[in-house]
Amino acid sequence: MWIYEKQLEYPVNITKPDPRMAKLLLAQYGGPDSELGAALRYLSQRYSMPDDRVRATLTDIGTEELAHWEMLAAMIHQCMQGASCEELTAAGLNGYYVMHDHGVYPCDPNGVPFSSACFAVTGDPIADLVEDMAAEQKARVTYEHLMNMTDNCQIIEPLYFLREREVVHYQRFGECLEIVQNKLNTRSSCTCRNNRRRR
Amino acid sequence: MEMTEQCLKAKITEAQFACVELQLYLDTHPDDEAAATDFTCYSEKLQQLIARYEQEYGPFLNFGHSISDMGSWVYQKWPWEL
Repeated sequence: MWIYEKQLEYPVNITKPDPRMAKLLLAQYGGPDSELGAALRYLSQRYSMPDDRVRATLTDIGTEELAHWEMLAAMIHQCMQGASCEELTAAGLNGYYVMHDHGVYPCDPNGVPFSSACFAVTGDPIADLVEDMAAEQKARVTYEHLMNMTDNCQIIEPLYFLREREVVHYQRFGECLEIVQNKLNTRSSCTCRNNRRRR
Repeated sequence: MEMTEQCLKAKITEAQFACVELQLYLDTHPDDEAAATDFTCYSEKLQQLIARYEQEYGPFLNFGHSISDMGSWVYQKWPWEL
């Protein structure tokens, strides 16, 4: 069960159209390391986790990622609002406009639609958590690249907040990995089905 | 003290951020008593601020978590609107 709160996690107020940045921000809205990918990855990985603390972390970080996804949508919406066809074309968004108008479609900056092929749910807690840590680092670096591409403070400020959240999430997933490793180390045998059969 | 809608929303954002951050920390450190005390303190503050907001400006949450009229839920500004 989820409930909706009628407020963004961090305010977004972009008062002038900036279609060039709208296009680039799509990376974090519908790209492979996007907030959408993060939310679906973490929320889908919860069911095979062997520890309550890890299940709680995946639930709460997955939920926070949905709030970040909404922030990105707000940023893209505001960056495109009021942009003319000429301005969209100059920003390389003519193909996007033909298919989506000023709507906010989950795709990457090159128009490739979002796909769950960009993340894994292996059923193995170590493999999944290591992927989660890498995902947070990839998102962090994408935010840094985005900040390098603009001097618009109204865009940089929320990006700065979002970048910082990736760092905190990485820290929490590191702790989750340690929890799982300690737990597995205290078990006498491997949980792999083949090994069990051989014994 | 009178607070404008924007100011009240900023206070909610602040208290909520403290709660989000403490919640994530407590997920991996559920036995940390100092953090749990901080969490209780900020969540009480957040509840008070949300109650105050709802009294003055209308519902903040859907599905029955806000006891106010849903007509204003529909017509009140959405978070992505400037």
